[in-house]
Amino acid sequence: MFEIIDVIKKMEKFTHIVSTAVPLPIEDVDTDQIIPARFLKATTREGFGKNLFCDWRYNADGSPKSDFVLNNPTYSGKILVAGKNFGCGSSREHAAWALTDYGFKVVVSSFFADIFRGNALNNGLLPVQVSPAFLHEMFTAIEADPQTKFIVSLEHQTIAIPGTEREEQFDIDPFRKVCMLNGYDDIDFLLSLKDEIEQFEQGKEVLNEKAVA
Amino acid sequence: MSKTLFDKIWDAHVVKSVEGGQDVLYIDRHFIHEVTSPQAFDGLRQRNIPVFRTKNTVATADHNVPTLNQHLPINDPLGRFQVEKLTENCNEFGVDLYGLGHRWQGIVHVIGPELGITQPGMTIVCGDSHTSTHGAFGTIAFGIGTSQVEQVLASQCLLLKRPKRMRITVDGELAGGVVSKDIILYIISKLSAAGGTGYFVEYAGSAIRSLSMEARMTICNMSIEMGARGGLIAPDDTTFEYVRGREFAPQGADFEAAVAKWRTLFSDPDAVFDKEYHYKAEDIAPMVTYGTNPGMGIPVTASVPTAPAEGDSVASFEKSLGYMGFTPGEQILGKKISHVFIGSCTNSRIEDLRLAAKFVQGKQKAPHVSAMIVPGSKQVEAQAKAEGLDKIFTAAGFEFREPGCSACLGMNEDKVPAGEYCVSTSNRNFEGRQGPGARTILASPLTAVAAAVAGEIVDVRNN
Repeated sequence: MFEIIDVIKKMEKFTHIVSTAVPLPIEDVDTDQIIPARFLKATTREGFGKNLFCDWRYNADGSPKSDFVLNNPTYSGKILVAGKNFGCGSSREHAAWALTDYGFKVVVSSFFADIFRGNALNNGLLPVQVSPAFLHEMFTAIEADPQTKFIVSLEHQTIAIPGTEREEQFDIDPFRKVCMLNGYDDIDFLLSLKDEIEQFEQGKEVLNEKAVA
Repeated sequence: MSKTLFDKIWDAHVVKSVEGGQDVLYIDRHFIHEVTSPQAFDGLRQRNIPVFRTKNTVATADHNVPTLNQHLPINDPLGRFQVEKLTENCNEFGVDLYGLGHRWQGIVHVIGPELGITQPGMTIVCGDSHTSTHGAFGTIAFGIGTSQVEQVLASQCLLLKRPKRMRITVDGELAGGVVSKDIILYIISKLSAAGGTGYFVEYAGSAIRSLSMEARMTICNMSIEMGARGGLIAPDDTTFEYVRGREFAPQGADFEAAVAKWRTLFSDPDAVFDKEYHYKAEDIAPMVTYGTNPGMGIPVTASVPTAPAEGDSVASFEKSLGYMGFTPGEQILGKKISHVFIGSCTNSRIEDLRLAAKFVQGKQKAPHVSAMIVPGSKQVEAQAKAEGLDKIFTAAGFEFREPGCSACLGMNEDKVPAGEYCVSTSNRNFEGRQGPGARTILASPLTAVAAAVAGEIVDVRNN
């Protein structure tokens, strides 16, 4: 399946992760919280991690807010576990860049906003959607032992809570899965279709072209 | 076979279907702006490839431009660099740019329709979630991330999974003082900030049909605020008359031929939607938000809820009210406010400005309120001036600014101070959206302008 896509490897390959997790039991975390608009003036993809969750993480004077989880040394890891409807709002890919730049590889939630999900997958950040019950169990497990290491397998599409029998399957589009596993991205696949795209354009009724001002 | 409007347009743009359920979708129009495009142009440079179809691509500068003294260099060095980068990229890759100083500059979702670039039946994307605005013309229009901006620049296509279809029907007649912004805030309050996720929405019904194009754009604009990727409205005579004669619209016989084709753009009577909702226009009152996502809306006469909506956590609800400084059960009516922002891709078109000006004529803003009108484009600005609206606003103590996204997202200097309330015609009441600590109350232009005059939240139906 998926002919051509072994042309380029842009993203880091993703197979599985075993890591502790950072709990963020807040719902409807929008991309303005993940990375506020005033930090979108950069013209590269790097360096957004230091401003990840900036207004929840720092006071106006730049000092860390001690009650925010990223400032609590008890919690760390490559997995962020958040409440439902994570990543809603703005389409800014900077949100995915900020999470990966900070060091996250996986975000777990019981529901993801569409655009964020796509942006994450395009940047090697795996969105793992679990049932509300499983999400609750993950929060409970982290609370009981912040050193709990969760096991996420992209290949088997599973996430497991060690020390329990709890494991859940998660969905991922088969094409996206192949891309994540191999570090492929969409552009080379699309470029390989150039002839078909040109053929399509010829068959299409010509719309009024936008003239040059 | 019966098809929805969405499927008719989607099917007409599938270059090929890929195993695993994704389609290669051809994109007719790609709008770009300074904030979400620089990394995409860098990607093209790294691959040493051109923009595949410059004729399908249009750029403007809107997100971080100042709304004062646009003829002078931008003060903020980062903002200036980003805007200059856009100009450089457009020059290098041969993309038309209606940037600062151009008579067509403005918010990307205002200029596309007003120039006639947006036309029924098209697929339209932009690295901005409010691209859904263009759906008002019967288009499939949606926001994309920067990696996808790069994909479209490189190939004029996107790899996408077809979303599910939802239809929201609003029948009946709106009461006086209730406008399209209230319809969409009402719908989002019913469906929640996530209720449309995974769907593309068609808005239908007599209340929608009776709306102007400007009002329809306000509705489609906020589709993303309930999680839907986009929303669209079947084009009709209102649509065709709006498009007729615009700069890039087909002209003469071409226009008539286009209209004949556009008349086939509707959902077949027995087309099946994955989800349907029906509302009555008569049930809709002027709406305001009380929380920190657009789903947290109530009629202006209602009290702040005492418990979260079903399925939402108490902790998130309390966090939200804490941020807003509201207590459960509190009346919103009479709440003192200090800022009013009329603008954004939701409500900055000439009709919005006329509505606000008509209300404010002969009145004064409250002394403690700072009120700002930011037109959506240079053309809106020019039209408002030609009609003398700017003078009405300034006489009433409002500031009349130059076009841009402005205080909707506070990327430029236009910010609301921490802890203060702003009644805003924009689309998002997220924490810090209008500046760190700012408290946003979303409302219609009518409710916003009435609040500016009263200095507090009022019911426009009594004014």
